[in-house]
Amino acid sequence: MMIRRVISNPWLEAERMQNEMNRLFNAAFGRSQSTPCFPAINVWANDEKQIVTAELPGIVLEDLEINVMGETLTISGQRQAPELPEGARYHRQECGFGKFTRSISLLYPVDVEKVEATLENGVLRVVLPRAEQDKPRKIAVRVS
Amino acid sequence: MSNELEQVKKQSPEVYSDSERTRDRRVYVPAADIYETEDAMFIIADVPGVNQANVEVTLEKNVLTITAYPTEDTFEGLSLVYGEYGYGDLERRFVLSNAIDQEKIEATVQNGVLTLRLPKAGPAKSRKIVVQGA
Repeated sequence: MMIRRVISNPWLEAERMQNEMNRLFNAAFGRSQSTPCFPAINVWANDEKQIVTAELPGIVLEDLEINVMGETLTISGQRQAPELPEGARYHRQECGFGKFTRSISLLYPVDVEKVEATLENGVLRVVLPRAEQDKPRKIAVRVS
Repeated sequence: MSNELEQVKKQSPEVYSDSERTRDRRVYVPAADIYETEDAMFIIADVPGVNQANVEVTLEKNVLTITAYPTEDTFEGLSLVYGEYGYGDLERRFVLSNAIDQEKIEATVQNGVLTLRLPKAGPAKSRKIVVQGA
């Protein structure tokens, strides 16, 4: 790990370090995180919407399926096996392929109609706006 | 191979002991497939978030270096509430054993996957000479 001298966003960095420490700790004591999953995700949120991003290199749009049901987001799809020219032999093979599926619990119910997903350069981005009826309301206190 | 996808593939940042980077960002090692055919070597590397504008491939002597600078996700007004993968540059080096025709290296990036075709050079490859009629 590189040591950063100038930290642009200390909270983000602290969070990352915490995740990193948890990961190392779990790996060292044989407690893998509940289930090792593919794809790895990041979740961004505020009161209005949540954004789920995932790294999906080599996966084309036709092989990807995204479902939202209630408060669960499901990403499933497959990465096609590489097409090798005839007579090719492997020196090393690290990139996996095959089918995958992953369900993520969302922070709050979303407006299913307004969910947008984009896949660009192997990065998936799902924007999930909060359901209107679930949005926090400000209640004005009146003086009687 | 199909169960490979159940694992998070991104490797931990690499530690460079010999030199220091000028860019203040983490460095990850991308997963790669390498295969060889009769006339070329192929290197396939997973580089999510990278397009042709932010990837560099250099070959010096026999060392091939892949460096990529993926764009980082930042969303105005949103904060990261859960994180499983980090953002950073991608870098990996390979030492190539066969002589490679440096002039004819082809590189393409598609769907976050970098494909390099490194044609073999010189006597190892037989050449077909076209006989022209008078």
